[in-house]
Amino acid sequence: MKSTAHGFKENARNALQDTQLRDALSVVGTNFIVKRRLAADALPEFETLRDEATAIKNRTLNELDLHLERFERKVVEHGGVVHWCIDAAAARETVLSICRSVNAKTVTKGKSMLGEEIGINPFLEANNIRPIETDLGEYIIQLADEPPSHIIAPAVHKTKSQIADLFEKHHKRPRSMDGEALVAEARAMLRQSYFDADVGITGANFLVAETGSSVIVTNEGNGDLTQTLPKIHIVLASIEKLVPTFEDMATILRVLARSATGQQMSVYTTVSTGARRAEDPDGPEQYHVVLIDQGRSAMLGTELQDLLRCIRCGACMNHCPIYHAVGGHAYGWVYPGPIGAALDPALLGVAEAHHLPNASTFCGRCEEVCPMRIPLPKIMRHWRERAFEDDIQPVMQRTAIRWWAFLARRPFLYRANTRLAMWLLHALGKTRGRFKSLPFAGGWTAGRDLPAPQGGTFHAQWAAKGGRTK
Amino acid sequence: MTTVALFVTCLVDLYRPGVGFASVKLLEEAGCEVVVPEAQTCCGQPAYNSGDRRDAMAIARQVITAFADFDYVVAPSGSCAGMIKHHYPALFAGDPQWRIKADDLARRTHELTSFLVDVLQVEPAPARFDGTVTYHDSCSSLRELGIQAQPRALLGKVEGLALRELKTPEACCGFGGTFCVKYPEISTEIASRKAADVAATGAGTLLAGDMGCLLNIAGRLQREGHAVKVRHIAEVLAGMADGPAIGEPQS
Amino acid sequence: MNARDRILGNVRSSLKRGEPDAAARAAYDARFDTHKRNTVPAHAKLPHADLVARFIVEAKAVGASVTQLADAGAIADEVAAYLREKNLPARIRVAPSLSGLHWGDPALLDVEHGKAEPSDTATLTRALAGVAETGTLVLTSGPATPTTLNFLPDANLVVLTEDEIVGAYEDAWDRVRGLGATPRAVNFVTGPSRTADIAQELILGAHGPIDLHIILLAKG
Repeated sequence: MKSTAHGFKENARNALQDTQLRDALSVVGTNFIVKRRLAADALPEFETLRDEATAIKNRTLNELDLHLERFERKVVEHGGVVHWCIDAAAARETVLSICRSVNAKTVTKGKSMLGEEIGINPFLEANNIRPIETDLGEYIIQLADEPPSHIIAPAVHKTKSQIADLFEKHHKRPRSMDGEALVAEARAMLRQSYFDADVGITGANFLVAETGSSVIVTNEGNGDLTQTLPKIHIVLASIEKLVPTFEDMATILRVLARSATGQQMSVYTTVSTGARRAEDPDGPEQYHVVLIDQGRSAMLGTELQDLLRCIRCGACMNHCPIYHAVGGHAYGWVYPGPIGAALDPALLGVAEAHHLPNASTFCGRCEEVCPMRIPLPKIMRHWRERAFEDDIQPVMQRTAIRWWAFLARRPFLYRANTRLAMWLLHALGKTRGRFKSLPFAGGWTAGRDLPAPQGGTFHAQWAAKGGRTK
Repeated sequence: MTTVALFVTCLVDLYRPGVGFASVKLLEEAGCEVVVPEAQTCCGQPAYNSGDRRDAMAIARQVITAFADFDYVVAPSGSCAGMIKHHYPALFAGDPQWRIKADDLARRTHELTSFLVDVLQVEPAPARFDGTVTYHDSCSSLRELGIQAQPRALLGKVEGLALRELKTPEACCGFGGTFCVKYPEISTEIASRKAADVAATGAGTLLAGDMGCLLNIAGRLQREGHAVKVRHIAEVLAGMADGPAIGEPQS
Repeated sequence: MNARDRILGNVRSSLKRGEPDAAARAAYDARFDTHKRNTVPAHAKLPHADLVARFIVEAKAVGASVTQLADAGAIADEVAAYLREKNLPARIRVAPSLSGLHWGDPALLDVEHGKAEPSDTATLTRALAGVAETGTLVLTSGPATPTTLNFLPDANLVVLTEDEIVGAYEDAWDRVRGLGATPRAVNFVTGPSRTADIAQELILGAHGPIDLHIILLAKG
């Protein structure tokens, strides 16, 4: 996917003016939050499980090489193939060559953020293979020719009315505004695709080293039809998806759905191990795991390793005031919200993505709800430091900060300057009590009044009163 | 007598000295002697959050030195207290000598309401405030310091005061330090959600423990034409809420 | 260097680990024999009768229906009644593992066995286990229980016995391991298919079954 992360400010400005987007997003800030809270509160062990899930993933990452080797060995034992791909380009070529081996015309796709990351759909299209998204949200945005705006609710930026319009246009059926009718329509439209497809591509929520299994966690059942009916099942997975055992997976599952949608458990947790057995009446004849590094191995052993614990639940964006305000597209790349603000600079470069970690109030809610306890604000701060070191931020901002810091380190100079400035602001503003606009404060006063200072500084008044200073 | 060093915070110093004096009054009434070390300016958070780690460390060293000799350091701000308690130690993670000093200061530093309730554990002097208020938890107070019950306990003892909670008290107001001017449109959007929540309570006054949030929410409330008064919680607790509220005419 | 060696090399160099020796690899593989559990929620560790009760409550809470029958002899009548009630055609695709069921004479329904076909509106299959903590069915692929039965029809009916109900996912994995070879597919199914992708409105029956009906037998 082509990034517009550098244009975040512009993207955000446009998003803020989009009233339909505002309507669509209004549910994110309430629905997801309330449901997660209820689900977490209903499980007394929830916080313990978060700790354990975090520890499991830390341990796994610290010996990832062993897990990867075992995973591959077990996949092969079960009649599957593992394709190691160093980057997105290698992964795309691998998928294409598997598709070409059966002369595939169409492939069905389950939801995969990694698929977005490596840009598999446009690549297949360019090679005359039609990818059909089967997750309802992904299907909607494929019709709209848009990228997902949320990692578990890809079409969350669309109102029902917009979806009704899209279906009417593409399905050539009478427009309906009934949710059940719209779902039934999509179900009917997609049904035949599962049978027609030569290849089914899914992502993976987990890869299990114990047995060489890949796991998808879904609610709709589209992923299961996608991977069960075609001749070939291709799994797209990045290397950090490994967990050692089914016991470890069970622990993480207990925090995944609760954090994501507030369900105790998603409807379908499907564990796939190899290809169809000789005696099996159904299932894919070939099982391929496209195992992709794409920058992950370089994050190990660094301050970014914590990001590799992410289980893509979306809780961080569901609780993010910035995401609530601008939605996912404004972030300009695959991963929006706090996880995107922390991860995208690692995958795109800080020069391209520096706005994302800067556009945070550090309110800390993402870290508070992250089931894997990823210190998202800390990682965003890491990127701010990198951007500062690399001189990427706007000159005005850098100069202002350095000037402030220069003064703050010189208390007497600081007091002289600030006293004067506050005296001036007070004198100008005291009558009205606030400013409607003020030169050099346009950013503030465009949307807010600026209160006038009370007058005098505390330190000056304290000194005048003879207050104790040592 | 307990000696308390007041970390005034830059916004209180420059914008609303009255909050500093209200803090002093509360501390003195609780039996403390208050000292205001001269070599303080700012906690360094603007630099730290802008990625300017070097300046943030220099300012942190200055604060650590200025407050080295006091049993307690109290700030009328969750944000600045959180900076000192959580981020100073992190800043000096690679510098054992300063890390020890940072940890020591972190242990001695408290946000005002938390200090009154958790550390001093004394009944505050009686105060009166006639009206309905709502309370905004700053993100740093709530999530970095776990302060939620303390301000409410103190407000509960103010005669004549009725507290009406926000619908989403855990939501950020959109201030975010330099964020509010780096991304003003987003900041304003978040502030207007907070303003709507405040207005919907029907409370006559909004209180909070952080000047940053207060300036931001007051600015948005006033831009939208709401009559809600905005004050720092210390002013009400200290019985010093007679003067003009934040952003009100002063003459 | 091939991609495999490059990726493993990068992982090891980032983690500052050398290539593990044979002893380290053996010790690593040996860990997988223990099936060590992490914290299992208390609600998954109740006496069996309570687990059965919890399974029923949780399955219903996620939109499945549950009928309790004394034994397999009552299944045919139950299936026929269920299809009538749901206004579904009087035919059913049945898992080969349930080929011993007696469907009446003359048969109450049009019964066929095997994997699901596109025209199947209802299927009847057999679960390996039920997990009480979340009302989850565990189904495994194989010649006697084709996976398509679980996903293709509008209504999926699943037979489970009370003694197959376990507390936790970990208990279910022990049952899966008890099969010997890992099946190609292990499906944990918690309620009927659903989506909230249209304006966050929860709607059942997105792509998988709209109805999930659990036939719980007191004895097998």
